[in-house]
Amino acid sequence: MLEFFNENQEMIYFLILCTFLGIEIIANVPAILHTPLMSGANAISGVILVGAIIIMQKIDPQDYVSLTIGTISVFLGTLNIAGGFFVTGRMLSMFGNKKKK
Amino acid sequence: MIALVNISYLIAMLSFILGLKFLSSPSKAKHGNILAGTGMVLAVIVTLISQFFGFSVSINLLLILLAIVTGTIVGKRMSDRVEMTAMPQLVSLFNAMGGGCAMLLGIMEARLGTPPSSASLILLWSGLIIGAASFSGSVIAYRKLAGKQKDKRTRMIMYVSRILLVSFLVIPGLYLTNLLPLGLVSVTLILSSLALVYGILFVLPIGGADMPVVISLLNSLTGIATALAGILYNNTIMIAGGIFVGAAGILLTLLMCNAMNRSIFAVIGGKFNGSGVSSGDEEEIEIKATSIGETATKLAFAQKVAIVPGYGLAVAQAQHLCSQLQAILEEKDTEVHYIIHPVAGRMPGHMNVLLAEADVHYDKLKEMDLVNDEMNEYDVTIVIGANDVVNPAAEQDENSPIYGMPIIKAYNSREVVVIKRGMSKGYAGVENRLFGYDNCQLLFSDAKVALSGLINELKVL
Repeated sequence: MLEFFNENQEMIYFLILCTFLGIEIIANVPAILHTPLMSGANAISGVILVGAIIIMQKIDPQDYVSLTIGTISVFLGTLNIAGGFFVTGRMLSMFGNKKKK
Repeated sequence: MIALVNISYLIAMLSFILGLKFLSSPSKAKHGNILAGTGMVLAVIVTLISQFFGFSVSINLLLILLAIVTGTIVGKRMSDRVEMTAMPQLVSLFNAMGGGCAMLLGIMEARLGTPPSSASLILLWSGLIIGAASFSGSVIAYRKLAGKQKDKRTRMIMYVSRILLVSFLVIPGLYLTNLLPLGLVSVTLILSSLALVYGILFVLPIGGADMPVVISLLNSLTGIATALAGILYNNTIMIAGGIFVGAAGILLTLLMCNAMNRSIFAVIGGKFNGSGVSSGDEEEIEIKATSIGETATKLAFAQKVAIVPGYGLAVAQAQHLCSQLQAILEEKDTEVHYIIHPVAGRMPGHMNVLLAEADVHYDKLKEMDLVNDEMNEYDVTIVIGANDVVNPAAEQDENSPIYGMPIIKAYNSREVVVIKRGMSKGYAGVENRLFGYDNCQLLFSDAKVALSGLINELKVL
């Protein structure tokens, strides 16, 4: 455990700072934007796709079970990202339209 | 190559930070979304290049590309087709996808059999358990919001959940101390199945009205699962993206709880405030019914009108009629405001999105806190499809399940007209005391019928 901490010290500092930053950047969000913000944040959490790609590269091309699981996971990750950003865009475009009037 | 990856990840991280920042300000939100999306595309492309550059085209790469293309198309179609009222379900469903991805990631990692240190095993399993629970929980939340799943609250569920929670500690503990005669893959599969069950049991008892809070919480969990996987892979963009969402999600969850005056623990426990048995529900409430014509006359003579929209308005698809009514009243020099309860709709801000869809101007939307003290300035308040958010029991009856929830003080305006289909109770299942007030009248009708009726009457007047 201690070894892990020593080896990954920078990572842990990074993690802690990011936690506070994450809270700080959305602290002043008005209620009107809660839903789009949640949806946009949800899309960002789809960055797990990067992990799915990394692991897909390590899989033995003969291991069909892992390949299937991997393909599904890439699909799910992409769906999270694409769906998330598109749907947020759609919500926000409604706010945009009326401003032109 | 390493430099390219690092720089791209840095840019992507900045785009996430700025994206989230912009998403929380009304004028820049649109750019924020595009910015974060662009950062994401960059991160994914660079990862693809760095992982597969220089190798011959493998089946792995082809499968990835296939999954990405279909995923994008399906995601685009789903988001294009969704009704705005069904938005919260869809967000929940997309969140489930992310959680599912995190779970499968853990399973694959275990199957690869890389013998990691016990610290990385703990990371792997934490990410897996959180991801799996978030997946199944989000699916249940989706089904609840879509009206396909009812609340279930039994002692059994409570006990099983606790046993599962303990098992998440015990099973990895036994494995790490070599007391478990099972392989890494089996243990991982067992943990993910248990976590899937836990996710279901976690959301099942939670009331439908608390679903927004739950979605926000699950969203935050998916972020944390992502960050944990990121530490495992030593991947900065996964850590950053994941933990931003994790942290922001928790803050958002707490903000929503505050808006409903519910503690996060009460929500998770599936509890309502108070004893749940209202002391005053024996007294008969005397209701005064009114007609469309009468209401139209009232509106025609009013100087200042408040509209309190609720989810019922959205379900009836009456937002557009609402904005037409507003236009007609404004022609007659009547001031019209929409008063939005923080949790109107099924998600905070959901009502704002729905009204924006109907071209209601941002300036016309008033947040509850800003106008609550000035409610007596309104000549007529029309409540459409909302119930609990205007129920004075929240202020008066300590035994009411909704006691303590901030409400719109509609009863303070000169007259209140509640448009309602029947005498059914609100989402929280409580009698509405407002109906017994002298200045309150009920207009029994479908929201759409009532609004178009009012519009027609007003045109003639």
